[in-house]
Amino acid sequence: MNAMLDRDFGTPPSTSETTVAVEIDGLRIEVPTGTSVMRAAAEAGISIPKLCATDTLEAFGSCRLCLVEIDGRAGTPASCTTPVAEGMRIHTQTSKLKSLRRGVMELYISDHPLDCLTCSANGDCELQDMAGAVGLREVRYGFDGANHLSAPKDESNPYFTFDASKCIVCSRCVRACDEVQGTLALTVAGRGFESKIAASADESFLDSECVSCGACVKACPTATLTEKTVIEIGQPERTVLTTCAYCGVGCSFKAQVRGTEVVRMVPHDDGKANRGHSCVKGRFAWGYATHPDRVLTPLVRERIDQPWREASWDEAVGRIASEFRRIQQQYGKDSVGAVTSSRCTNEETFLVQKMVRAVFGNNNVDTCARVCHSPTGYGLKQTFGTSAGTQDFDSVMQADVIVVIGANPTDGHPVFASRMKRRLRQGAKLIVIDPRRIDLVRTPHIEASQHLQLRPGTNVAIINALAHVIVTEGLVNEAFVRERCDLPEFSTWAQFVAEARNSPEATESITGVPAATVRAAARLYATGGNGAIYYGLGVTEHSQGTTMVMGIANLAMATGNIGRPGVGVNPLRGQNNVQGSCDMGSFPHEFAGYRHVSDEATRELFEDIWGVPLASEPGLRIPNMFDAALDGSFKGLFIQGEDFAQSDPDTQHVVAGLSAMECVVVHDLFLNETAKYAHVFLPGASFLEKDGTFTNAERRISRVRKVMPPRAGLADWQAVMAVCQALGYPMQYAHPSQIMDEIARTTPSFTGVSYAKLDELGSIQWPCNDKAPTGTPVMHSAGFVRGKGRFIVTEYVPTEERSTSRFPLLLTTGRILSQYNVGTQTRRTANSQWHAQDLLEIHPHDAEQRGIRDGDRVRVASRTGATELQAEITDRVAPGVVYTTFHHPDTHINVVTTDFSDWATNCPEYKVTAVQVLPSNGTAAARS
Amino acid sequence: MNSQKLVRMANQIATFFAHEGAEKAPLSVADHLQKFWEPRMRAQLLAAVANGEAEGLHPLARAAVVALEPVEH
Repeated sequence: MNAMLDRDFGTPPSTSETTVAVEIDGLRIEVPTGTSVMRAAAEAGISIPKLCATDTLEAFGSCRLCLVEIDGRAGTPASCTTPVAEGMRIHTQTSKLKSLRRGVMELYISDHPLDCLTCSANGDCELQDMAGAVGLREVRYGFDGANHLSAPKDESNPYFTFDASKCIVCSRCVRACDEVQGTLALTVAGRGFESKIAASADESFLDSECVSCGACVKACPTATLTEKTVIEIGQPERTVLTTCAYCGVGCSFKAQVRGTEVVRMVPHDDGKANRGHSCVKGRFAWGYATHPDRVLTPLVRERIDQPWREASWDEAVGRIASEFRRIQQQYGKDSVGAVTSSRCTNEETFLVQKMVRAVFGNNNVDTCARVCHSPTGYGLKQTFGTSAGTQDFDSVMQADVIVVIGANPTDGHPVFASRMKRRLRQGAKLIVIDPRRIDLVRTPHIEASQHLQLRPGTNVAIINALAHVIVTEGLVNEAFVRERCDLPEFSTWAQFVAEARNSPEATESITGVPAATVRAAARLYATGGNGAIYYGLGVTEHSQGTTMVMGIANLAMATGNIGRPGVGVNPLRGQNNVQGSCDMGSFPHEFAGYRHVSDEATRELFEDIWGVPLASEPGLRIPNMFDAALDGSFKGLFIQGEDFAQSDPDTQHVVAGLSAMECVVVHDLFLNETAKYAHVFLPGASFLEKDGTFTNAERRISRVRKVMPPRAGLADWQAVMAVCQALGYPMQYAHPSQIMDEIARTTPSFTGVSYAKLDELGSIQWPCNDKAPTGTPVMHSAGFVRGKGRFIVTEYVPTEERSTSRFPLLLTTGRILSQYNVGTQTRRTANSQWHAQDLLEIHPHDAEQRGIRDGDRVRVASRTGATELQAEITDRVAPGVVYTTFHHPDTHINVVTTDFSDWATNCPEYKVTAVQVLPSNGTAAARS
Repeated sequence: MNSQKLVRMANQIATFFAHEGAEKAPLSVADHLQKFWEPRMRAQLLAAVANGEAEGLHPLARAAVVALEPVEH
């Protein structure tokens, strides 16, 4: 029931390359072989009445409304389940069909509430539409017979209701859950008149396995499954096409609006990242934008122990300018810097880094990618030549072997996970490399062929062992390597991995993974057809994060799994615009387009356009900024959309660094934990309040469009412009499109990008330039960007963070479906009903040893600090490993994590912390 | 930044490049430091070495420090 959605053709398109010609109501049309009669008719502009059919689901043929007559065939077949055949002559509107359809509708309506005027779906109800379409004028059966009109309403889910009295049991919700989401939480229980939709074992939606992705709500043709916002507000009046601001999948959404009030967010069927699907966050958890905690006025104070005072934009911006200039005069040009946000737009991150380089006069700019995927940027640049994933999301549908390393897609990237699950249900094989038994390991109709449940911190040993098998068992794709890769580098690498110390048998004692399992996984990846690797922060957030990324790249090159659909190396980026923030020059050593600041030609290019000399030395990275603050040489920091005090490791060190600065500016939606140490607070604008672009994990640039005016008066790009103006560097952008034009002028991979082209194409995957005017779905198809693919020796080096008798367990961290990162947004929505607190997963054996029962409060202590959590006893984690999420500030998990970091990028080692866990004696978070 | 932390970071880099051998590895380490370490970090490492405060510094990192360009800061 989404009349404002795209036109519904009834059944999915056929992908056949051959066509057949048919005649429908006298119109001749040619369509791909395998197209349904219903879809062929729709493509000819003829709408056959339907209820159980929708083009996002396979044909089902249950409602009996879409009947047609076909010359030479007996009966009245359902047009949704009948494929076209050459020469077929079809009639969609005959007296017989009219009578049949009217009769069917009579039966439906005889058991349906006649409350159209007060129904939430009034004006957006397919049942209502079909009653009109078939000319229903009476219900001969009356309304007094047996019916379901008093069936109970399930309002347990915070975002939608299930009103069984309005259900026509068309199964669209069940099929959406099965086919689109892949959770299989819904079913039709009972037979005949007793048939009803049931969630799990006839539980409430909230208590069931339902993941609230909203696919069922979108699929429902009546008011049975309805967004509560629609019930409360009414039908939307306009649609704004925009992009989700949660994870790196970057789902395209239709923001459906009445006035400036969002009524609902509906996933866009033509969205190339999400193909019409959504998750509980993007679909429903957008209420934070209007949450009363939003700060809508700039705030200032002299010292961080003072209360905030409201200020005008002019005063706050003036304070920033005067303080930053004072600090630079007093402590030197390099004493200030900024951090861009992966939640802000490309245009905004570009402006912040421009402010640092052109206005502050240094390169002290970094971004939150520092603490997540910076090793991806470094590792893939070194091996392939480009700091980005190689594929589009569609590619997974051509994968034969899917390898998931250190990622939990069903929680972290749920919409992509649904596509991956669809491919796995079609028969692709799955290898999971993860210390924890993530849901994908065994989920309905899916079971991993191999789960390499390694010890945290031993990724590189595993990747070398996999490579050892491939090299020593003759599984290298020699033709690919010979043609596409640097041979001397390959030879050195092959000799290295072939050493006996890298064999699965030798590394078994390090990784804890049986050698036979490693060998089976390596053989499957190398010989099972298209092999595609998807990885997450379980790869990058280690002291050898970069080494592991290189190891993954080595493996893909050695097996020839690069450069075509179905294969590739695919980092699952965490935040909506983490790819974009990196692309836009947010790192302290490189300009937009990943060009080093020491490169004179690039510097001259920007100097010409920006009109100022630019620094040639790399700036400080985020952890280095805190170190320098404690040294007394770094005093001013502008932080856009980032909450270090909660998200970064070794909280004590972060807080000490922030406290040592003289002017900290936080530009955010909420007074977050970091704002406790700020002197100026600038109110930010949510993604609903501004124009711009985000770039997702598949390098896809998508438009963000303004749905409502900035609630605090200025969009973030406007606020940064105001700061630059106050610092004596006027910027003249009237619209973010002009910033994108500047990006295109200065960044080779964006040369062909413009708002006009984005409007025309919907979205664009960079590089987009003269060689690829409509973008590049798959990278390295004709050759690696760097020329020859580079194999790099990846020696396993154990982390310095090791378990000991004092700290015998290894803590690793992750995310959960309903919450997002530090929870700034999702904690301010009803999503907290699913995850009100972070839990510590501990294996039954470890729990028993410590006298810990399920639900007990426990104290988690490391060498760095200690905190308290509630224990959840589970064998998802192996003995010796504990796991938690970090969505709630009162968890203080980063009090426990250490300052160990990746050798190349300083990406923190969140994934390995040696801890002890004991029953709590009631003490709060503290230094150990 | 305390010198112990810088030494640890430099050692990690040196360990990664160790496979390149005694001749090439110091150059790779130096190149990495030059490209990714902010000048004051390099200056602090240089000072730590000069002042005898770089105890435990990996030999390849120590060799790399010699190859570092002077820091203008």
